[in-house]
Amino acid sequence: MHFAEPLHLASGAQLRDYTLVYETYGTLNAARDNAVLVCHALNASHHVAGLSPQGDAGWWDNLVGPGKPLDTTRFFVIGVNNPGSCFGSTGPASPNPDPAAEGRAYGADFPVVTVEDWVDAQARLVARLGITRLAGVVGGSLGGMQALAWTLRFPERVAHCVAVATAPNLSAQNIAFNEVARRAIATDPDFHAGHYGAHGVIPRRGLRVARMIGHITYLSDDSMEARFGRATRAADEDPDGPPFAYTTQDIEFQVESYLRYQGDKFSEYFDANTYLLITRALDYFDPARVHGGDLSAAFEIARDCRFLVVSFTTDWRFAPQRSREIVKALVDNRAEVSYAEIDAPHGHDAFLLEDPRYHGVMRAYFENMAREIEARPTAASEVRYAT
Amino acid sequence: MSERADLEIIASLVPQGARVLDLGCGNGELLAHLREHRGCTGYGIELADEGVLASTRRGVNVIQLNLEEGLALFDDRSFDVVLQLDTLQHLRNTERMLRETARVGRIGIVSFPNFAHWPNRVSVALGRMPVTRTLPYEWYDTPNIRVGTHADFEVLARKNGLHILESFGLQKGRVVRHLPNLRASMAVFKFERT
Repeated sequence: MHFAEPLHLASGAQLRDYTLVYETYGTLNAARDNAVLVCHALNASHHVAGLSPQGDAGWWDNLVGPGKPLDTTRFFVIGVNNPGSCFGSTGPASPNPDPAAEGRAYGADFPVVTVEDWVDAQARLVARLGITRLAGVVGGSLGGMQALAWTLRFPERVAHCVAVATAPNLSAQNIAFNEVARRAIATDPDFHAGHYGAHGVIPRRGLRVARMIGHITYLSDDSMEARFGRATRAADEDPDGPPFAYTTQDIEFQVESYLRYQGDKFSEYFDANTYLLITRALDYFDPARVHGGDLSAAFEIARDCRFLVVSFTTDWRFAPQRSREIVKALVDNRAEVSYAEIDAPHGHDAFLLEDPRYHGVMRAYFENMAREIEARPTAASEVRYAT
Repeated sequence: MSERADLEIIASLVPQGARVLDLGCGNGELLAHLREHRGCTGYGIELADEGVLASTRRGVNVIQLNLEEGLALFDDRSFDVVLQLDTLQHLRNTERMLRETARVGRIGIVSFPNFAHWPNRVSVALGRMPVTRTLPYEWYDTPNIRVGTHADFEVLARKNGLHILESFGLQKGRVVRHLPNLRASMAVFKFERT
């Protein structure tokens, strides 16, 4: 979907003439009140569910689809790729409309975007689809921040917010991890201050290391131990041979092999400038800041929205304590909120996995939402008589 | 039917339209009842996954939390009524929890198994720990780590500066006001902070 009117960004800059790619699943009902927006996290896209033409399953396919917890036979589900990303919406790899750029890609000149900027962009797309009020907005991690930001920016345009494995802002430790990832990219000799496209190269080494450090923080200590332990490549290849290859440069432990594989895979499809932008958007998110750090004051405007907050006990990147801060702010405002703290072993990644307790609560919550919508007198008849 | 009757008796202690916090809300049945019949709002607190799921299914606001960690989530007197039904006996720090209940709510309503109910007394007199409908566990597998009596609670309430507004026993779905410490398997107290 193309937008000719500029998007004004938190930085003061504006995004001119941009495109957002999106997918929808299910059918928008006559009353146009069964739409649920799914917000994506760092490396995901608008392809939420089902199979792409290339045969790739959507990133939240275990949650979204016919008969799944977010049931697309009852809801109209929307996935949008955020501006600044690298999966089809306007981003650093898109042509810079500034005449001085002479048709070159934005590269490092793509404006810095925030969670709130994304929500503004999504809101325009939702309005274009003829939806005045979303039944719900759902997201995990950075997507959860967008879901929360919806209730703060457009509280009258969203009924329910489902925020999974997220936080009201990043801790210093979280920002530190992001900074290590950014420095890995920015110090890659192929980075060229973000204009690697003009040089015909990709800072793959930086991207690999960025993904490796990120990946470590998405897993729990226990899940890594269970999966890899101290298993070595040498022992796995020849149990009777020497235990180690005695090398400092090559892969010795299986966990190294796994991280390198993840890094390699990521560097093939993800854009380096996008990684910098998205980690920065994470860093900036802090709705309490303009209220002197008072999160309860920040959520006062959202008190009529209804919330489901979910965290995972072994998630140390967005720990349950951070979700409880959100719950407390909502309780202080007497907002309707339920909170599930799922005892899952998988760390931050748990929000993308299928856990019966987690999906059970999600299914129950969405089912109540669907029942509520279906119990309403349909606006279809009103529409018929109004015209 | 006595469980349903107990629920309705407890619900009748809650004022119309009250803002309620139900500590150990289980499957959310009472909160749903209070919402539908008495126009109440509020939250349930539940630790068990199955309780959180059942409450969510009912559309009751439920917050998954371990009560042993206290009620830091809630400000002083932020609820009209704090309910703590059949829960107190499972908590290690009973007294602190009682104080927290009184801090967060204007009114507290507590129920727990009365160990001084006469069949329990008979059982102990005969040398064995009681196993009854209200106390269905053997001494070695009971989750009831704090067993007390109707009379004991009066002492604890007084010690913590709580003013008892109403107290009675529950036996087979009936209110017992005469000699509840002897004649009722459950004790019920409604109190406020003095």
